[in-house]
Amino acid sequence: MTDRPTLRQQQGPTGSRILGVGSFQPERIVTNDDLSKIMETDDQWIRDRVGIIERRFADKDESLVDMAVKAGVNALADAGVDPSEVDTVIVPNCTMPSLIPNAAAQVADRIGIKAPGAFDLNAACAGFCYGVGVASDLIRAGSAGKVLVIGAEKLTDSVDPTDRANAIIFADGAGAALIGGSDTAGIGPVTWGSAGDLVDLIHMREQRYIYQEGQAVFRWATTQIAPIALRALELAGLSPSDVDVLIPHQANLRIVEAIAKRLRAKGAREEMVVADDIRYSGNTSSASIPLALDHMRKAGTAKPGDVVLAVGFGAGLSYAGQAFICP
Amino acid sequence: MPAGIDREHREREHPVADNAEILAGLAEIVEEVAGVAQDDVTAEKSFVDDLDIDSLSMVEIAVQAEDKFGVKIPDDELANLKTVGDAVNYVSANLK
Repeated sequence: MTDRPTLRQQQGPTGSRILGVGSFQPERIVTNDDLSKIMETDDQWIRDRVGIIERRFADKDESLVDMAVKAGVNALADAGVDPSEVDTVIVPNCTMPSLIPNAAAQVADRIGIKAPGAFDLNAACAGFCYGVGVASDLIRAGSAGKVLVIGAEKLTDSVDPTDRANAIIFADGAGAALIGGSDTAGIGPVTWGSAGDLVDLIHMREQRYIYQEGQAVFRWATTQIAPIALRALELAGLSPSDVDVLIPHQANLRIVEAIAKRLRAKGAREEMVVADDIRYSGNTSSASIPLALDHMRKAGTAKPGDVVLAVGFGAGLSYAGQAFICP
Repeated sequence: MPAGIDREHREREHPVADNAEILAGLAEIVEEVAGVAQDDVTAEKSFVDDLDIDSLSMVEIAVQAEDKFGVKIPDDELANLKTVGDAVNYVSANLK
């Protein structure tokens, strides 16, 4: 018998790093007062319940793909990297109107990235952290060189505009991170998981409109997500006191604050900056974390070298988190 | 913290509470979560109508009460707790 052939394996760099960040939001600003003209709600009620002051809605003919392209271009410009250097594009989202084709391939083509590996990833509002985890591991395994991860959502297509529980919360936008190899670790291991037994708490079934059990989701998020964030720190060899910037998925400002409070009870510093981008962006699902990161870098509240802790959570239920160094 | 240790910890700190102690404990929680003065948290008060506490704050109060008293307050039970007195009675009846 002849010798069986052996397969060659490949190995990437030991670490990965976020090289650049970019985002895009539609121009149209929708205030709470605007919403109170079309449904029974008011500015104070919305601020008290969810912390949102205004949000952005895409135009009818402005698509998820359009927004993803712009965010991706901005991330490449931020990193100073040419599209030709990118070999993989991941678009976490849960509101692509068609299952086929996916968003990623056409987004890549329009950015000018030639023939990359391209796929969408649906882990709802946890999608961006899932995407960063996958990108980091693809690079470290040698399967990819530079990965563009773009969380993009057009949630206004999936919300009943007269449903005052959800229409006040969800919005549109896209945020992107370019990830590449590094000799040192710039992205910690992802911790992820799911609770499929709680699938009925958030879904889009009838007419593709979002439904959620607000109270139950609130309880889950305010009690179960901080431990995931702590686990992400532990995996990266960090302590809560090391965190400079906390970016939970921008679901509801009260959930964000509850997570921050639990982390501070475990040693996170009072000076830790906590993302509150939901106030002017609404809940943009898989786009919320990179949108917040980009806005915070531009505002100077997240600085190069800062230890950032990101944690996403949402329908599935699904969750994921990791620590990374702010580019 | 493993569930077993957590339970022992609670039982040590809160052996058996009478209704006055439960009320005082709840008042502390309500003040912390919703900023209502402890003296205003009396048995006959309605959480929603008198104390102006919304449904999400009720969840936060329930979660903290669970930790403090070692009881379970599921969302469907929570919906029935209209007054502070209802909550005191629920905790009292479900204490181990």
